[in-house]
Amino acid sequence: MSQLNNDGRSSVSFILNGNPVTGYAEPRMLLTDFLREEMGLTEIHVGCEHGVCGACTIRMDGLPARACLTFAIQAEGHRIDTVQSLAQPSGVLSDLQLAFRKHHALQCGYCTPGILMSSSAFLEINHDPSEEEVRDMLSGHLCRCTGYVGMVRAILEVARNRISA
Amino acid sequence: MKPHSFEYLRPASIEETVACLARHSEDARIIAGGLSLVAMMNFRLVETKFLVDVANIKALNYIRVDADHIEVGAATTQAQLLAWPELASLSPLLAKGMPFIGHFQTRARGTVGGSIAHSDPSSELPLCLITLGGSVMLRSKAGSREVTAEDFQVGLMQTSRRPDEMVVAVRFPIRKKGAGYSFLEMAMRKGDLAICAVAAEVRDGSIRLGVGGVADKPAVREWKDLGDAALDEALNEFAWDLGGSDDVHATATFRRQLIRRLGRRAILEARECRN
Repeated sequence: MSQLNNDGRSSVSFILNGNPVTGYAEPRMLLTDFLREEMGLTEIHVGCEHGVCGACTIRMDGLPARACLTFAIQAEGHRIDTVQSLAQPSGVLSDLQLAFRKHHALQCGYCTPGILMSSSAFLEINHDPSEEEVRDMLSGHLCRCTGYVGMVRAILEVARNRISA
Repeated sequence: MKPHSFEYLRPASIEETVACLARHSEDARIIAGGLSLVAMMNFRLVETKFLVDVANIKALNYIRVDADHIEVGAATTQAQLLAWPELASLSPLLAKGMPFIGHFQTRARGTVGGSIAHSDPSSELPLCLITLGGSVMLRSKAGSREVTAEDFQVGLMQTSRRPDEMVVAVRFPIRKKGAGYSFLEMAMRKGDLAICAVAAEVRDGSIRLGVGGVADKPAVREWKDLGDAALDEALNEFAWDLGGSDDVHATATFRRQLIRRLGRRAILEARECRN
């Protein structure tokens, strides 16, 4: 059984956006803080810190997860993807990101990385969602700028385009 | 908004976990999905010396059909159970009630056993479990025992689990022949904690109604099949028995009214769904 002491920092290794990384964290360090402060990923936005607002949502082994409700040490050995995993290395945006831009699905951008991670996972599970299902998925996020209408349009358009592609 | 420090333990098996609980007892807390626990730790409502992570124990992740029940391993996620192809045919109540648990994002990590062990009075799974007459499987170093849902949750986030025991599985009875089911919930927004949630099981000659979010734990009442007027009277009596209290989300009066109205609607819907 592995046991990590409360005062010491232990090494944490996982696959971050496709690359193996190692850092150090004490057990109580949240994954949000680890990704921002140890890994320098400023796209991890910290909102409510109790799992309600969805701004810190990442993908853990492909599934959406609240980074603020996950300890960094729990990521050991897992695959963690942030919004940086969506665009190609050349910088070309993914179809989902382009659709968000086209439909004005973001304004201040604070909630956007989390919503993109949820939406990308959602579209892999549900290829042909109804508007109601998209809205139900989006209910796990708070956006105070857009009113969600643009996001719903963008996600539905991506689903349609992927089916006809 | 950051948790207190703790020691982190990652046992590789159920045996190692119960040995760990035997050693640390009340100083240890089990974490699986962490959706409720870490939020409470961030608020420092919960402090623990040892955090025991069981999320990756394979022996706690399964869905199995036995003679008259579905047994779900404690670390099975809510999303896994909801995506299980047999769910709607073997447990229509879970298929109707589980979409109300949190959100797509939280169900992906939140576990069935975690929700039962946490025993929030507004939670959907404890309400479904007690309405169906299910049970909780507990394990300690000394052995295993099965506790009925009725005996498991004793109050607000209080259960009869001993400090050296862990929840290893949850047993949901399979749909009864000729029974109809319904689950309805009122919350400020979909996915928020229920102001009032109701689960109904209607069979030939009997009605079973569970209510969550009103008292300090989910409550169940069973009646013989009732006509319209008698049903309203029974629901009114149930509402007054549970009482409810005022909080920032709703008044006790509103909660009692929800029992009358949602309860009635759920019973009618369950009646329609009989076959």
